[in-house]
Parts: sequence; structure tokens; C-alpha cells
Amino acid sequence: MENNTPILEVKDLHTHFLTKTGAVKAVDGVSFDIKPGETLGIVGESGSGKSITAMSIMQLISPPGKIVQGEILFEGENLNNKTEKEMRKIRGKEISMIFQDPMTSLNPVFTIEKQMVETIRTHEAMNKKQAKQRAVELLDLVGIPDPEARLKNYPHEFSGGMRQRAMIAMALACNPKVLIADEPTTALDVTIQAQILELLAKLQKELGMAIIMITHDLGVVAEVCDRVMVMYAGKPVEFTDVLSLFDHAKHPYTWGLMHSIPKITDQKQKLEAIEGLPPDLRALPKGCSFAARCKHAMDSCFEVDPSFKQYQANHHVRCLLYENEENEKVVPS
Amino acid sequence: MFSYIIKRILMLIPVLIGVSILTFSLIHLIPGDPAKSMLGEKANEAQLEALRAEMGLNDPLYSQYGTYVAKILQGDLGESVQSKESIATEVADRLPATIELALFAMVLAIIVGVLAGVIAAVKQYSWFDNISMTGALFGVSMPIFWLGLMMIWLFSVQLNILPASGRLSNDIQLGLITNFYLIDSILTLNWPAFKDAFLHLLMPGIALGTIPMAIIARMTRSSMLEVMKQDYIRTANAKGLASYLVIFQHALKNAFLPVLTVIGLQFGLLLGGAVLTETIFSWPGIGRYVLNAVLGRDYPVVQSTILIIAAIFVIVNLVTDLLYKFFDPRIKYD
Ligand SMILES: Nc1ncnc2c1ncn2[C@@H]1O[C@H](COP(=O)(O)OP(=O)(O)O)[C@@H](O)[C@H]1O
Ligand SMILES: [Mg+2]
Repeated sequence: MENNTPILEVKDLHTHFLTKTGAVKAVDGVSFDIKPGETLGIVGESGSGKSITAMSIMQLISPPGKIVQGEILFEGENLNNKTEKEMRKIRGKEISMIFQDPMTSLNPVFTIEKQMVETIRTHEAMNKKQAKQRAVELLDLVGIPDPEARLKNYPHEFSGGMRQRAMIAMALACNPKVLIADEPTTALDVTIQAQILELLAKLQKELGMAIIMITHDLGVVAEVCDRVMVMYAGKPVEFTDVLSLFDHAKHPYTWGLMHSIPKITDQKQKLEAIEGLPPDLRALPKGCSFAARCKHAMDSCFEVDPSFKQYQANHHVRCLLYENEENEKVVPS
Repeated sequence: MFSYIIKRILMLIPVLIGVSILTFSLIHLIPGDPAKSMLGEKANEAQLEALRAEMGLNDPLYSQYGTYVAKILQGDLGESVQSKESIATEVADRLPATIELALFAMVLAIIVGVLAGVIAAVKQYSWFDNISMTGALFGVSMPIFWLGLMMIWLFSVQLNILPASGRLSNDIQLGLITNFYLIDSILTLNWPAFKDAFLHLLMPGIALGTIPMAIIARMTRSSMLEVMKQDYIRTANAKGLASYLVIFQHALKNAFLPVLTVIGLQFGLLLGGAVLTETIFSWPGIGRYVLNAVLGRDYPVVQSTILIIAAIFVIVNLVTDLLYKFFDPRIKYD
């Protein structure tokens, strides 16, 4: 099944919110690609532009938001040039999405059946009966017991984990080539989180779709991702495969994120969040956006905005520490 | 669900008893002699005594109330002092006219109000939004009386395209079954009568429906704006659903609940508005009936019609409550 042509390529994406008080540069120069069957992680603190990246791919950015620059190539075609009508044929069929909070992401006033059947019938030429049959199979696939009866339920009659399973079933209804999972486990209990991640991994093996796993939790990344993009203030700051990341992360921000992974062995250990707050995306400071919070910041970090440089094969990083050999001496190992 | 309905109907009993006590006491709150005030200063003692005896005004209060309730339960609402006719018969003639007008006005208000509210929300800050919401602002504070007269002046007097009064033109025949003219003309397949009845409904319907329409439009807009931000709308879009489904199914069904509350309340107020509208358009309904009764100090008529309007109010309330469940399955009745 190895296929090395990317199914989706994002090139130098810039999505800004043109507000009265200035342009909020929510996504500011993001590039990545993803191959069939691959899982790409996008990590970063809340507000770093992960969801807006995902919504840009779906072309679901509404004013004052706007994709101001870049290309989003799906099977070689730029989605930025698609009409709304063309996009509606891609959303939910070629590229699907699941969201953070399964409670609020399902419509509370419709049954699971109605919500699944309408998705299937939007994209496939099926009658109601066939679509319902498909919905039963899908619920069964995602491990919901007694699917036929469960279809009649409303979302509030499902538990949180069940709802997320139903969301996944709905997203996979038309065998999408790309599944974007935007913090799919953040709102769930730890044990349910693990079940959902396992389920996604299993389904990916069976169906072969590419997954973009958005999370603020490096623990999730370690579990399911092949490659990872770390985002900060709308920009990628580090991009590599998952082994390299956990073996020798380069960016001080990534180190900070690693310190905030809860360790199962040591529940009481206080999580060390990165000190300080992300910058105002309307008025980014001169130099590196992270400098003000960085323990390793040098004088030059407040002056020069580092470029996103290839450090090794498959390892990109945006940090002045790696711009010359002298600086690298301060890097802890 | 069924037992809930039974329970709610049983709960109507104390409410109606309360209302009946209120309407009963109405007659006894009249300063001075009710018989004199009903018959006027010129009435002689024999006439007054006859009326007192007829209305049981000489009996002790509790037995008067007992008789009053017993009669109501038998469907006997007494007699009009002015016309000497049975009130029950007179009401039966007029009530359908009022209900038909009120329903027509409400349906108009809901269709136009909800549609305008939805479009205004979806196209927030567009010219449509600005114009319709400015219009709604005027609509909320529109004096029905003025609006009614202006419409008559324009459409009846100047343009002569709409009838200014009544429910049906004199030269139109209609066999009556339910006393709802639109329904009766459909039942008897009488299309000229349907068109005529519809045209007669148009102006009073608009006059009566304007305020609820404006309130419904504003409520729908704000409720839709809130709902359109919700995660499940994002999901519906991400599934690739057609935008009319996203708006009119996924969003509107959620946004409708607060609108439904407003509709229920407005329907009650509308019955009050009917007094004015019916007077302007000479609509032979209960509003004009009660107004004439008040002016003519026909207290038995006032009593009975208030009781009936209160009962309708309570029933509308019950129906509204039951409809909630249709729009929101999370609501549990017990
Ligand atoms: N409608 C909007 N108007 C202005 N700014 C917005 C809007 N939506 C998102 N943003 C900004 O975009 C940035 C990125 O948001 P998002 O992608 O949701 O972050 P996250 O990484 O937590 O998913 C945030 O800082 C947020 O303030
Ligand atoms: Mg997010």
C-alpha cells in the first residue's frame, strides 16, 4: 500500500482575519504534505492556528477570515480555486473532519440515523433504506453495539465516547481519502481517549486514509503519528518524524511542550506549562515570536526572525540556536 | 407523553376556576346597582327587579356563583342584556371569525417573520438585514389603528383592490360547515368564495399580524445568529450538506425554540389586538362583540367572552408547551 505521491499538499498557507483592529495572522506560512495511509500530527498550544489550518483546507473560513496566500493541493488540484459547489462535493466525501467536542458537534435535535443518512445520501446515490443499511454497518465498524437500535437515538442519549465513535462513523461514511481529526480526544476521559485513538489507528489500517491529527498533547502524537509539525503563533517551528522529535527535539518551544506531557507513572507531578502567553497575532514582536517566553533566548532572537531551516534530512526547525555552530553549544542534550 | 397531556388538561381546571371567580366577581365590582347600570337611568323599578331576579342578583353570593358555574358547565352562558339572545349562540357565530382572523394573521406573521429573520441572520449586515430589521423596529411599535386606516385608504379607497370590511362580499354565497370561511369554501369546493374570503382576510390579517411578525423576525434573527456559531453547524458544513439544508434544517430547528415561546405569547396578545382590528375592519368577531358589550354595559356578555378568551389563552399555552418537544427531543415531560 506504500504510495509516495502526497494526497494533500499545503504550500505556504496564510490565513488572516481582517478585523477592524488589524489583520490577525492566524496561519502565517504553513507548508506540509501527507501521503495516503500516513498520520501527520499538528501540535501546538491553544490559539496557535491548528484549527484554522484545518478549516482552510476545508475552505470553511468565513469573513472576516480569508486565505490570503498559498496553495492547498488535493490530488494535485488547488482547493483555493474551487467553487463552493465543488467544495461541497469534496467535504465529507474526499476530506472529512471530526471535532473536539462530540457533544456539541452533533446536532442535538436530530437522531443519529438522520445525521448519518443525510451525509451518505449527500454523496452517494443510495435510497433511504440502503443508506440506513450503510449507517448500521458503519456504527458496527466503529464498535457501537446494537447499531440498528442505536440509530434511533438522539446524541444526548449517547455517552461521550459513543458520540465520538458516531462522529467517526459519519466522517468515514464515504471512505474519505483524508480525515482531519481536530483534537478528537481532548474532551474525553483518559481511558476513552485511548480507545478512540486505537479505533482510528485500526480504521486507518483497514481503509487506508491519511489522517491529520490535530492535538495540543504530545502524548497523542507519540501514540499515533508518523510525522509531526509543531506550530507556534501561526507558524510551523519544527517539523520532523515522530522518532526524531522524541529523541532529539530542537525547538525550545517543543521542549516546553514535552515538559507538559502528563506522566502516567507520576500522576501528582505538576505539569510544567510554558510560562507566559502567546503573542498578539495582530502585532507580532520583532524577531522570533517565541523569544519572550524562551529560556534560551539570545539578544539576536529579539532582532532577527529565524527562517524555517532544514537541519537534517527530515528535520526542519525555526530557531536561531541552529543558525551557527557557536549557538548550538547552549543546546541541552 | 399521553399522560402528560392528560395531566396538563387536568391542571387547566384550577386555572379556569380562578378565571371564573374573576369574571363572576366582575359584575359585583360594578359600583352601585348592576341592574341599574345595565338598563340605564330611565329603567323603572319593575324592569330593574325583573333583571335582578333573572340574573339571580338577590341570592346570596355563594349560590349565585354555584348557579353561574353550573350553567357554564351545561354550556349555558346566559343571555345578552342588549339583544336578549343566548350568548352561547352569539359567541358560536362570532368566535370562528376571530379565530380564523387570528390564525391567518399568525400564519402570515410566522411565515414572513421567520423567513425574514433567517435571511437577515444568514446575510448579517447586508442591505436586506438592515432594511428588514429597521422595518421590524417600526413594526414592533406600529399602531394597529393607524396602519389599518392607512391600508383602507390606500387599497380600498384609492386603488379599490381590497375590500374594507366584513368577511365576505354580499354577492358571494357560501354554505357554512365550520364557520371558518376559508375551510368551508375548500370543503364545498367553492373557489370564488375562497378567493373572496381570502381577500377579506388580507388587510385585517396584515394589521393584526404586523407586530407579531416584527417580533418574530427579530427573535428569529438573533436566535439564528447564535445557532449558526454552534459546532454542529460547522459539522453540517464539513459534511458537504447543501447550504439550504444547513440553514433551514440544522440551524432553524434549533433556533426555533425561543421563537416558539414568542409565538405562544404573541398569540395571546393577538386576541387582544383583535378588538381594535375587528372594529376598524367591521369584522364580525368576538373582539367587536366584547367591545360593544363593554360600551353597552352588557355584563353577562363581557363575563362570558372573557372566560372564553381566557380558556383559549390557556389552550394555546398548552399547545405551545407540547410543540417544544417536537423541536427539542431533549425536553422531558413528567
Ligand atoms: N473569527 C476570528 N476572528 C479573529 N481571530 C480569530 C477568529 N477565529 C480564530 N481567530 C484567531 O486565530 C488564532 C488561531 O486559532 P485556532 O486555529 O482556532 O487555534 P488552535 O490552534 O487552538 O486550534 C487564534 O489566536 C484566534 O484568536
Ligand atoms: Mg483548535
